[in-house]
Amino acid sequence: MRLMNPKAMAVAAATSASALFASAANAVEIEYWQYFFDARVTAMEQLIENFEAANPDITVTMTHFPYADYRTKVAAAIPAGEGPDVVQLFYGWLNDYKAASLIQPLPADAFPADTIDAEFFPMVSAMREGDNYWALPTAVRSLALFYNTRIFEEAGIDGPPETLDEMLEIGAQLTERDGAGNITTAGLTMGMTAQDHHWFREGLVRQFGGEPYLDDYQTVNYNTEAGLEAMEFYVGLGADDGIGAIGFMDEPQAAFKAGRAAMHIDGSFRIGSLNNTRGLKWGVTELPATADGMRSNYSSYWVNAITTKAEGEKYDAAVKFMQYVTSDEAMQIWLDTVGELPAKPSVGLTDENANNPVFGPFIRGLEYANTTKFVNESAQRQILIDLVERVKLEGMSVADSLAIAAEAEQALLDEFYAGN
Amino acid sequence: MYKNLTIRQKQIVWAWAFLAIPVLFYVVIRFYPTGNAMVISFQDWNLLGDRTWAGWANYEKLWNDPVFWQVFRNTFVYLILGTPISLVISFVVAYHLDKTRFMHGFIRMLYFLPFMTSAVAMAWVWRWFYQPVPIGLFNNFLADFGIPQINFLRSTTNALPAILAPAVWAGLGFQIIIFMAGLRAIPQSYYEAARIDGVSNWTVLFEITIPLLRPTIVFLVVFSSIGFLRIFDQVFNMTTGDPGGPLNSTKPLVLQIYQSAFTDFDMGYAAAQTVVLFLILLVVSLLQLYLLRDR
Amino acid sequence: MATAEDIRASSDTLFEAKAARRKANTAQYIRWALLFIGGILMVMPIVYMISTSLKWPHEIYDVSLIPKEPHLENYTFVLEDGRFYGWFLNSLIIAVITTISNVLFDSLVGYTLCKFTFPGRYIVFIAILSTLMIPTEMLVIPWYLMSQSFGWLDTHWGIMFPGLMTAFGTFLMKQFFETVPDDFIEAARIDGLNELQIWWTVAMPLVTPALAALAIFVFLGNWTAFIWPLIVTNSWDMYTLPVGLSTFADEADVAWELVMTGAAISTIPTLIVFLIFQRYIIRGVVMAGLKG
Repeated sequence: MRLMNPKAMAVAAATSASALFASAANAVEIEYWQYFFDARVTAMEQLIENFEAANPDITVTMTHFPYADYRTKVAAAIPAGEGPDVVQLFYGWLNDYKAASLIQPLPADAFPADTIDAEFFPMVSAMREGDNYWALPTAVRSLALFYNTRIFEEAGIDGPPETLDEMLEIGAQLTERDGAGNITTAGLTMGMTAQDHHWFREGLVRQFGGEPYLDDYQTVNYNTEAGLEAMEFYVGLGADDGIGAIGFMDEPQAAFKAGRAAMHIDGSFRIGSLNNTRGLKWGVTELPATADGMRSNYSSYWVNAITTKAEGEKYDAAVKFMQYVTSDEAMQIWLDTVGELPAKPSVGLTDENANNPVFGPFIRGLEYANTTKFVNESAQRQILIDLVERVKLEGMSVADSLAIAAEAEQALLDEFYAGN
Repeated sequence: MYKNLTIRQKQIVWAWAFLAIPVLFYVVIRFYPTGNAMVISFQDWNLLGDRTWAGWANYEKLWNDPVFWQVFRNTFVYLILGTPISLVISFVVAYHLDKTRFMHGFIRMLYFLPFMTSAVAMAWVWRWFYQPVPIGLFNNFLADFGIPQINFLRSTTNALPAILAPAVWAGLGFQIIIFMAGLRAIPQSYYEAARIDGVSNWTVLFEITIPLLRPTIVFLVVFSSIGFLRIFDQVFNMTTGDPGGPLNSTKPLVLQIYQSAFTDFDMGYAAAQTVVLFLILLVVSLLQLYLLRDR
Repeated sequence: MATAEDIRASSDTLFEAKAARRKANTAQYIRWALLFIGGILMVMPIVYMISTSLKWPHEIYDVSLIPKEPHLENYTFVLEDGRFYGWFLNSLIIAVITTISNVLFDSLVGYTLCKFTFPGRYIVFIAILSTLMIPTEMLVIPWYLMSQSFGWLDTHWGIMFPGLMTAFGTFLMKQFFETVPDDFIEAARIDGLNELQIWWTVAMPLVTPALAALAIFVFLGNWTAFIWPLIVTNSWDMYTLPVGLSTFADEADVAWELVMTGAAISTIPTLIVFLIFQRYIIRGVVMAGLKG
């Protein structure tokens, strides 16, 4: 604006003035940012349309950026004051945004904390501090076991595994190798680079009787007997006589999509992409339980928050918008359009949703899901990737490698919590 | 006024007149942010909040970080292997291509095409080539001949050369073009004189061609060294998922800087590593310019 | 008087010369064949890229080079996406302007650093060269703040300003001006040309091969630039081609057949630029031949 020449400025003034007269109501315009994902953009467009229809004096402009670089983009723009009024962020970033005063708490009268605690799935409480919530999700995610129905049918297996033992058994039956012992069809896809590190932390460790973290996720606790058993189970899946191999087909979801893997653990956000894969017939079921029926799952979510940039009437408009995008109606629209799970049991656990053949297993998984409070998700994921690589590529024992990983992750947590 | 100046003084006036706008540009667009990075290297900054002074803390962290030293070593391996290999290949190709007439333009285009194609797309094609069976081209080829599989990317020893190969491949076309431009800048009269004297091709190569190519060679040595010390695209795209390869075996300094800045949001640490990279590049370049100077 | 020995000797020479020529021809053939095979190997990954762009998504991980059912739908999909042309145009505007700017300024600075003697010459050279030594990733945040305070965010100018001059081009041109004999410049001075005229009319024509290489390089560098255009643009209308094409990858899925299609299409303009400018690299021979 500063470099605008006088003529341009006059034109700008004239057009905004005429816009002012054109609409009798003095419209408030707020800006909303999210990352680009076709279905999410479509869903949000619909929400905005509904919201604007109900609030004719408010206009919401949505801007979206490529997913891989969304965080970089937001981090560059918001501190410079170029950001939106309502922003979408990953739950794991909340601490950083709070500490940097980039977002402001949601007003307690419009978002009473105790009501939210009662109405939303329990893991959302990570967004609460004192009497205020700082951010709220429209939808949440969990993990489930995808399986290739064609491979299952051809082998005469009538249904997906219910327990870990069944998974091993079926996996062994479906794994195919060439003459040299290389896997050509995997029983189960593997890769800490994808979702397996969540499965290990919040799934396997707990199922083997452990607790991955203590002190509200400030202390690493998987270097225990249970943690060791869980990791040995996981590494064993990829052993020479196992049911999978790390790095098979480069990426786990690629192997499953290409029909070269019978089973695949992944998040609900993958549903759309699998639906678009021609020639793939798949089903989905809850993550396998232990022999005595114990299940555990991991849940994550993206939240919306009001930035500190929103003031005055924009702030009021932002609050209204937040209320709408966290309403039951918005959650159902989001589920129908994006396939992400409603953040409230009252919407998610309706008979229709919980028994839906596709969303059902994920929604049922939410009841026993935990949310890891990451301080730096990619760094913490890298620690588990390295853990397995040391075992696979350098022949280190699982116990030694697990100890190194636990120590490295603890150092990371200590550094973070000391700084805050 | 101008007329009273000596020839030498006139030259100085012209030189600075020519340089005025560019120098202003470099100061504002390049030196200022660079200075900024140097300041940040002594601060704590997560990009979102305030900057606070940290003294030498970022440099101490760097000195004690085993990953940094691994990355430091990797970066030099890229340089030491990449620069000589790519220069020798590109010179040999350019030298022979220069003497070829039939379909000259077409063949030159073949060599240049990789340089023009999107580095991201190409990194992924190479990544697929390197996969184990059933999808990897190279390993399928090996399997057809009953040769055991090679783990290219999921290996702590093979991954770095496997990533260097596409980097060399992508840059060859450019180096060939520069060598050819250099070869063509050598006056034909030198070659004619040599032909009349009846000296051998090897003598012509070593006594005329290479010495007269010196400015081109200096440029390519310095520039490709900077390129290999700053390698990023290939590593980043061929190791997404496990950035920097298994157990950091392929991670170069620039990727480490990128991760510190945009994954960990530890701008101070990223800046400290940038300063180290800057010093390495400056020393290497100055050393090369000194060793290859016109004597 | 020619003796029998003389005749035999001369016929031997004749024979040897013929053999030498035949040998030279064989060497030429081998040279050509090796270069050709090398060139084919060089483009194999690109052929593979094009092959992938003709495949259906489920075939992508098939090693076969020839798609089972080749089709052009990926191309129609990318080209029918209305935004594509806008991204293409943005990239073109930026690449063309930065190329012109670099050819002018880099060669002017390179010429000055090469052919003038003045205090501070070496320092200016090293200072400019040192700008090659900072990764772009560290510069984008200061550039962003700068663009913001000048109102350059989300504009063409904002995308292109950091690349208007490059140390790379300056260094390249300086090295190539070294091959221009000083006598030429002296002669022009005696003829009464001013320094600007000497640079433009005497020195520049002698380095056309390098200028052509520089133009290709700068065009390409700006055509494929990613991180800065991403940071500085906000609206989809202002995206450049690489930023726009990156939207074919989302959280759950990378549409590789579309990525490869986009890469194949975006190679075409660079190929055209290459074909235009590579002729000047040949013309250099004539120039160099003349001045000897």
